[in-house]
Amino acid sequence: MRIFFTLVRRDLLVAYRRRMDVLVSLIFFVIVVSLFPLGVGPERETLRLIAPGVVWVAALLSAMLALPRLFAADHQDGTLEQMLLAPFPLSAIVLAKVLAHWLVSGLPLAFMAPVLGLQFDLPTSALLVLLASLLLGTPALSLIGAIGAALTLGLRGGGVLLSLLVLPLYIPVLIFGAGAVETTMMGMTPEGHLSLLGAFLILAVLATPFVAAAALRIALE
Amino acid sequence: MKINWFKSASPATFYPLAGRMIPWFSTAAALLCAVGLYVSFFLAPTDATQGEAYRIIFIHVPAAWMSMFIYLVMAFWAGIGLAFNTRLSSMMAQALAPTGAMFTFVALWTGALWGKPTWGTWWVWDARLTSELILLFLYLGYLALTAAIDDTRRADKAGAILALVGAVNVPIIYFSVQWWNTLHQGASVSLTRAPSMARIMLIGMLLMGLAAWMYSIAAALSRVRLIILEREKNTAWVREVLEREA
Repeated sequence: MRIFFTLVRRDLLVAYRRRMDVLVSLIFFVIVVSLFPLGVGPERETLRLIAPGVVWVAALLSAMLALPRLFAADHQDGTLEQMLLAPFPLSAIVLAKVLAHWLVSGLPLAFMAPVLGLQFDLPTSALLVLLASLLLGTPALSLIGAIGAALTLGLRGGGVLLSLLVLPLYIPVLIFGAGAVETTMMGMTPEGHLSLLGAFLILAVLATPFVAAAALRIALE
Repeated sequence: MKINWFKSASPATFYPLAGRMIPWFSTAAALLCAVGLYVSFFLAPTDATQGEAYRIIFIHVPAAWMSMFIYLVMAFWAGIGLAFNTRLSSMMAQALAPTGAMFTFVALWTGALWGKPTWGTWWVWDARLTSELILLFLYLGYLALTAAIDDTRRADKAGAILALVGAVNVPIIYFSVQWWNTLHQGASVSLTRAPSMARIMLIGMLLMGLAAWMYSIAAALSRVRLIILEREKNTAWVREVLEREA
């Protein structure tokens, strides 16, 4: 357990030293969301209608763009190979790295989203559900994405390839995340959607670290 | 007769074996296809509500069946290859993927052609259509990933992981899309009407389905032969085979 938190702290420190990298994907998120009113037009009704989907799709894209950072730097300087040799389960290492990655990419995104929701004239109840759905959904995105990041490690054209692998697998999260906000706006309880998001997250926590660890072993063979 | 699986799993033995099997499967595919087309175009009656346009299902339904079935078979062989490190299983998975992607595309395409006269639209965001589209993305992801890795062993294993993750995800995606669809209530048309199909139509569809199945086997076997030759090109037996066939 101590090793786990040491790893998380180390990754957070590394991310802090390269603050701009983290900020860039957050800024990307803001820009993508802000583009939609310019493209669709400023009618409040329309904006409110598309807001959940727009914010969630932008979150998906931003999470995906941040994925290569998960293993790339450690792969380049050889740290990853040392981690493979460490007398410590690789899946736990993967989980620690994903946790640190989510803290610097998913978490700020989730707290940024309600501010953007205001631009789309979302009611307060919907803003809260948007925050909750992103808090439950983005860790699942980071976990699933870890598999894709491990599979495409060090490949040419890795970034585009990664999107092709990962985005189809993100679809359930998108459906339930945006669905939770939409049901709130229709005056119903978002409980069902949020529960399913939570179930998906639990499933991802239990299964994906092992798969991502296997993929890392293959990539570094 | 006892089959020696270990012997058959060696590319050197499987290459001529596959060569002997291909004519049988392709003949079966051609015969079944001919009979199936005859049944579906001349014996099956015109549908009372949909007119002649319904005949597209004789292509569409078998293609949709095969698209899902081949993905499972592909994931199965990829998983075997990952677990037991058998080269031939991974090659088989590789050989199946393009055929599966082709059938997925055909199912989507013919579905659109059928939807226009019947539903009045090329596309609806029905749960089945959406999951079939996502299946196509999964196939394309598999093909792109294995093509991007030069080291064949890594390509096999990485592809296997992706195929298995996809196979686990397919039911989840299907149910989430179905649920999303019922929530939106956007599509007023549904594919799940009462199956009041005449027996002769069902026979035609099954024949075409069998033809598609036999075709897939023949296509995968001939593709796997090429993959074997390409990967084993530095071995003595491939040189012998090539000299004999030249």
